[in-house]
Formats: sequence, C-alpha cells, structure tokens
Amino acid sequence: MKTKHYTVEVIIENKPAARDPEGETIYKDLILKGGYEKIKSVRTGKYLKILVDANGRKEAEKIVFDMCNALRIYNPVIHTHKIRVRG
Amino acid sequence: MRFAVIQFPGSNCDYDVVYVLKNVLGVPTDLVWHKFFKGDVYDAVILPGGFSYGDYLRSGAIASHSPAMEEVKKIAEDGRPVLGICNGFQILIEAGLLPGALMPNDCLKFVCKWVTLKCETSGTAFTCMIPEGRLLHIPIAHREGRYFNTREELEKMRENRQIVFRYVDEKGEVNSKANPNGSVENIASVCNVKGNVVGLMPHPERASEKVLSPYKDCDGILLFKSMVRFLKS
Repeated sequence: MKTKHYTVEVIIENKPAARDPEGETIYKDLILKGGYEKIKSVRTGKYLKILVDANGRKEAEKIVFDMCNALRIYNPVIHTHKIRVRG
Repeated sequence: MRFAVIQFPGSNCDYDVVYVLKNVLGVPTDLVWHKFFKGDVYDAVILPGGFSYGDYLRSGAIASHSPAMEEVKKIAEDGRPVLGICNGFQILIEAGLLPGALMPNDCLKFVCKWVTLKCETSGTAFTCMIPEGRLLHIPIAHREGRYFNTREELEKMRENRQIVFRYVDEKGEVNSKANPNGSVENIASVCNVKGNVVGLMPHPERASEKVLSPYKDCDGILLFKSMVRFLKS
C-alpha cells in the first residue's frame, strides 16, 4: 500500500496550575491596554508542524502521539498537548 | 578519586567547574565531550551550566537524550554523586532523574545576580558539610529557573527531604521578595530520594573563591568539598 504525507500539528500548553507569565503579560499589557475588554484571557504555548509518512490519518496521529511520549516533546508535569491531523 | 564534567554543545560553564575542581580543590578532573562519556571510571559527575542545544524545545530537553545521560543514569543508580548546575539541573529534570519542572522566570527576564540560599538538608552528597539552616551567598544566571511541581508531589518531596536549598532574604526568611524567578516555595535546588543526585539553579563554581564574591566568602566550594567528603566516607 502506498503511503502518503500527512501534516500533523502538536500544540503544547501549560496546565492550568502552571502559571503562564508570557500569556499574562500579553493579556494585561497589550490586549487590555489596547481596549479589547471582551478578550478574557490568553495562554501561550508551543506549536510544532510535523510532516509524517503514513498509511492513513489514524496512523499519522499514532506515530506523532507515540513520538511525543517517547521523546518527552512535552513535559507531563507542566504541559498538556493536543495533536491534530491536517491531512 | 576522579571526577568528570560533561560538555554538551552549548555548555559554557564547563571550564569554570573544571577550574574549581582542579585548581581550587585540587582533585583530578576530566572535561569530557558528551558523545564520548563513559561513567565507569568516574566517582562523581557534574553537568555544567550553559545553553545546551540552544535551549531548543525546552532547556535541557534535547541534551537529556544524549547517550551520556544513559551513563549518568547508571551512576545515579549506583549511588555515586551527580550534580547538575543551572542548565545541568534542567537536563537532570528533563532526563527524569529529578522531580518537577523548570519554567521561564515569572519576570520573563534573564536574571543574573547574587542571591542568598538557605540549606534545607545536610542529607545529600553535596550538602553533607553544610549545616541545615546555614545561609550561603551564590549567584544565579538564568531565564528558565522557575521551579514547579504539583502540590501532591511537593508534599512527597517534603516528606522525603528532597528540597535542598531555598531562596531567602538576609535574615533567612522565605518570602516573595527573596524569590528571583517565581519558583514554587522559593525552591532553588532539589535532590532525588537517595540524596546522591542534586540539581540547583545557582552557580557554586562562581562562588568558590573569596576574590569572586562581593560578600568576601566562598560558600560555593562547600558543595564540592561535601562531594569529596561524601566519597571519602
């Protein structure tokens, strides 16, 4: 079976218990001061765009999921992560 | 007795540690490139400060996968002393040899200054000569030194006496003013349960000679002297 390239995105974010001073500063000193009161919070994170050779979306997601855990791409003590397959 | 200082791409405090061990303490020490490091011949190992792999992904995250770290894990399991200073501390955390996480400072700036530390336990390989409650002057220089762990894990660490140093004021009080980076409970240094693996954000190698200290003391050398005494006993 022929494999295909899939773009898989990994978004790493701090857990709610771990403060995010960068997000807090962007929110307080830029967004609120800029008059955007409707915006209620900002959390920063890290974004990885990964190209994967796989037999389907599910396999692409699994390869990235396993890699993230094996290589500690995120730190489970402080981070949550989301994986999205873009096709 | 023989010591190793492991050099990663981006280490920049490696020569300072080697200098202190060789010239101030007078003990045989090798500077070893991480790809060539073999732990069998060394009694203790030190991971120096710097910016290994440019701090990419997270400080210490990439170096923690170096083959040298498999050797360091064996040394740690053996009960031989392992010290991680600044980026070395970050590497030990990322390698899972020490608990918790080190996050960007709450002020979002690189902080470089002398701080006062309080020794919380003499039960480690690097503090066996430092009485509990003793204050030390040692400088810090980092952007990612905000120690964090969950409440439950901190409770376990307190029970196991794994908090080694805290940032304090000149009176020895733990307060937010004395906290340079927003670390939970002012934690500057932690150890493993056995006490042979210690990581700290301050740089003891920069405080090991009186001439280098504005306080005219050399508190940093106590950590290295403790390591030697620990091995002799």
